[in-house]
Parts: sequence; C-alpha cells; structure tokens
Amino acid sequence: MALFKKANYTIVTPPQKKEIPIGLWIKCKGCSQVIYRTKLEENLQVCPQCGFHYPMTIDERLAQLVDKDSFQEVDADLTSIDSLNFAGTGVYPEKLAKDQKKTGLKDAIVCGAGKLDGSDLALGIMDFRFMGASMGSVVGEKVTRLTELATAKRLPLVIVTASGGARMYEGMLSLMQMAKTSGALARHHNAGLPYIVIMTHPTTAGVMASYATLGDLLLAEPGALIGFAGPRVIKQTTQSELPPGFQTAEFLVEHGLIDRIIHRAELRRELALFLGYFAGSLKAPRKAKAS
Amino acid sequence: MPVILEFEKSLYELEDKVRQLREFSRTNNVDVNHGIQLLEERIAETRKQLFSNLTAWQRVQLARHAERPFPRDYASRLFTDFLEIHGDRRFADDHAIIGGFAKFDGEPVMFIGSQKGRNLKENVRCRFGCANPEGYRKALRLMKMADKAGVPILCFIDTPGAYPGVGGEERHVAEAIAVNLMEMFNLRVPVICVVTGEGGSGGALGIGVGNRVLIMEYSYYSVITPEGCAAILWRDPSATPQAAESLKITATDLLALNIVDDMVPEPLGGAHRDADAAAKMMGESLRKHLAELRKLSPEELRTQRYDRFRKLGRFEENLPTLPAAAKKD
Repeated sequence: MALFKKANYTIVTPPQKKEIPIGLWIKCKGCSQVIYRTKLEENLQVCPQCGFHYPMTIDERLAQLVDKDSFQEVDADLTSIDSLNFAGTGVYPEKLAKDQKKTGLKDAIVCGAGKLDGSDLALGIMDFRFMGASMGSVVGEKVTRLTELATAKRLPLVIVTASGGARMYEGMLSLMQMAKTSGALARHHNAGLPYIVIMTHPTTAGVMASYATLGDLLLAEPGALIGFAGPRVIKQTTQSELPPGFQTAEFLVEHGLIDRIIHRAELRRELALFLGYFAGSLKAPRKAKAS
Repeated sequence: MPVILEFEKSLYELEDKVRQLREFSRTNNVDVNHGIQLLEERIAETRKQLFSNLTAWQRVQLARHAERPFPRDYASRLFTDFLEIHGDRRFADDHAIIGGFAKFDGEPVMFIGSQKGRNLKENVRCRFGCANPEGYRKALRLMKMADKAGVPILCFIDTPGAYPGVGGEERHVAEAIAVNLMEMFNLRVPVICVVTGEGGSGGALGIGVGNRVLIMEYSYYSVITPEGCAAILWRDPSATPQAAESLKITATDLLALNIVDDMVPEPLGGAHRDADAAAKMMGESLRKHLAELRKLSPEELRTQRYDRFRKLGRFEENLPTLPAAAKKD
C-alpha cells in the first residue's frame, strides 16, 4: 500500500559544525569538556576541570623543574644510526628523520645538569613523541653518561621517564642498554648518591625493567600507564580479564610498587623537598660500602 | 615420535629409507650394504648442505626444538654433587628458574638455569620456561650466596621471556629484572652466561649480565620474538622469517655485534641429535673461559664486567658540520 511505502531516500541536513580554529580549543580526553588551549598551557598541561595530565614537551618540563637559565645540556649531538640496516635501507633512518623534524630533538631524551632552587642536579627527560621514547643506543648511552657524570660530580640524579620499551630497529644493541644503564646506576648507588625517578605516561617494558625502577624513589604522575608487559599480551597469555585500573600509577601505589603519586602542580615543590632530605648524601662520600 | 622441523624432513626421510633397507636385508637375508653406504653418504651431504645454509628463522626453530637439551640436561652431564636451593624467601619457589651449588671438574660453582618442560604437566609448572618475579629474586639470592662463598656463577639461559601475567606485574617483575641487572654488576666472582636455546629479551637478560656471555651455535638472543616484531612492524605474521633476519639474532650475527663473546659449537644437525656431544662441547668452552676469569681479582672482575657492557651501543657523535656554502674556486 502506498501509505506504508518506504521512501527511497531521505534528505538529511548535517548540523552546521561550528568553526573552531584548529588548536585553539581542545576536547579533554579525561572529562570531554572543551578547554581553552592557553588555559591548559598555563596549567602545566593539566585539565583544570578533571586533572587529566597531558604530555609535556621537554622544554615545558625544564621550565617547570629547573631554575631559569640553569640547565646545561650534555651530549646533545649523539645521533642514532641504522647499525643493523634494519629491514632494508632507509626504513629506520626515515622514521628517525620524521620524528627529528616533528619534535626538534635528536633522539628521545635530553640530559644535562641544572639547578632546582639553587641546588645542583643531573636531570634526564624523555619525550614519548620521539618514536615512543623507545630506548636505542643513543638513549642508553645518554642515560649512562648522565649517571656517570652524576657519580663523578656527586650530584643527585633525576630522570623523568616515558617509554614504549626497547627500540626494535636496533635489535640486541637496544636490549644491552638495559644492562649498561643499570651498571652505571650500580656505581651511582654505591657512591651513596640519591636517584629519583619520575614516571610519566607511559613508562613500560625495557626502560621499566632497567633504570625506571632502580631509583631510591619511584614517583609517578596521576593516571600514568606503568608496567612491564603490554596489557594485550597479558590478556592473551593468561586468557583472563585484567583487574580494574591495571597498570595505572594508582594501581601500582596500591600494590606497594611505587612510592608516591604527585600531581604536576606539586611536582617541583615535592622534588625540591625530597632532594633536600637527601642533601646529606651529597657531601663527603661516607665510607664507601665495597665501592 | 621424534619432533621433525619442516626443513629437516628430507633428512629424516633418507634416514627412514636406511632403516627400511636394514630391515629388509635382515628379514630377507640380502646384502644391501652398498645401498646403505650410498644413502648414508647422501645423508651426510644433505645435512652438511642444510646446516651450512640455515636461515635465521630456521635457527630460531632449532633453538625452540622440543627435543633440544635444556639447561638441566647440560647440568646433569657437566656437574656433580648438585644441591638445588629453592624459593625467593618472600612469596614462592619459581620452577622456571632453578639453581644451586654444584661441582664442575670437582670445583664448586653456582648453577642457575632456566627450566622448560618436556610435557604438558611440567610446562604448566614452569610456564614453558617463562619466569615470574620470584624466579629472578631466587636467582639473585643464589648469586649473592655464590659471591659470599667466592664461587663462580654459571647461568644457562633458555627462555622465551619473562611471564606476562597479572601476578607478575602485581609483584613487580620489572623491578625484579632491573635489580638483577644492577646487582650483577656488583658481583666479585666470575660470571659466565650461556644462551643454550632461546634468549628471550629482558627475561633472558635478567640472569644474563656476565663477564662472558656465550651462545650455542643454534640458539638465538633477541630483544623481541620474531613473531612479535612481525606483528608490530609489519602487521603481518607471514613476515616472521623476515623479522628474524632483520633483528640480527643468530649466534654469528651476535658475535659480529660483540653482544656475545664466543659461540659454543654444536654437533652437526643440532644439539638435540646428540646431547652428550653438545654437553661436551659446552664443557670445553666453559673450562676455557673459567680458567681465564679465575686469573682476575674480584675488583678486576667487576671492572671487566662493567667495561664489557659499557661499550655496547652504536651511534654517531661529533659529526663534522658541513660549511654553510660549498667553496668555489
């Protein structure tokens, strides 16, 4: 019957999208509210409404964590090479070049010495945007040199971590960086010096199973994903559901695996306080325990 | 029923023919010696041909061979007076890593080894050789005991990797591995690590910081499984052989990269064809390296171990900066 005949088509007028200049406003990943980008930047890349922590660039981290103009970068010119000629020529170099252009960095970590409230520290900061902050020879070498510098100059060592793990393109050379960095940290610890790790989203796999868990203090930003194996792999292997909040900073602190979660707004103050408590370790080396 | 890999098939077929011929000659009383001799020559030729041209992926398959001798098979052939020591004193006794005092050539050593199972029951117990945090913590406890006793440490590694489980994460497997990496640099006794089958990433490295790191001829040591690498970088499981090639994980590749110090040869056809011969070759290699390391003082051993790992890594530095504009005559 004609009365019930389905129309062949309907005309739908799409709702007029409001023109939002790209990058001016963003929709918060945590609470879905729209936030003004400048507000976010002023608030250390933390959502003013829900407290969701967005990634920070290394420059933003430096501005937050060290005294103005005090940071002196070291080993800035270390550059990754395609030593295995991975999967044919050009694959890895292309990825490197792309991320170097995108981030303005040579590799996934910046290291140097600076001051926090007038006190010296050795500081390394990783940037997840550079190939998932994966650890290849350059990241491993820079962390090792920074640690050796801190040991030689009797400085506290602070590393802000983020990483997807080892850099596959460098094969076993990247796995060996786990051992190399841990060896340097053994000497730093043996010298009685403090090492503080600040885990940011996400800190996983090879970095997690080496220098990210060797600190005297393991601090983390709220909501950061922190773990060794990937959640998908665990789910597949064990054929079971993962507990709620699995591998978040909150889950780890609940299980006694890390020391403290620190909101970014408090990070500088608390880091300075912690370093102050360790000040006694920096002076004369106490009788070294089996150096 | 022997486990036969795809590329070994032709060999086994020839061997079967020899067996059939022998049977035939026995039951029918016919002399077929000449035929057998010809066939055996062909077998030797085929085997030599096959094993001199193995691809990386074929080597991975050999390393995972179900009949490959496991660390405990080498231990039982090489050591006497083995006293196993259990548990991490905190939570459990992990069956994926075993260890204890033993004697090698009559001299005390601390043996630590990954453990895989031969059947389903054993494999459930040791999770196919994938250790939990307790395994790494037990290993470190034994290493410190050896350090106190002044006894060399021998770690035999054959694991697909650390076990990816909820419990392992809840008990901080990453920290357990990291602490081992750090503490192994403090040991004042010789440490020799041998990859006897699979060297699965951080799970292998967790007992792998030695003054010498050796690898058996048909073993592999990799940052990720070829399957995992193919899934992530190629998004295609059929790229696994290519991934195995690219990752440079065979004994010869790793020697060239200085990741390992020496390769322990295996009998032709692989250790699973003759476990006794394989153990003998491993014993010879251990003897040689142990003798060299025994000459070093405790402090020299630590320094040598640090320097060994310190130089690993390849990168560019201080690149000459090109002049802004090329000079013209």
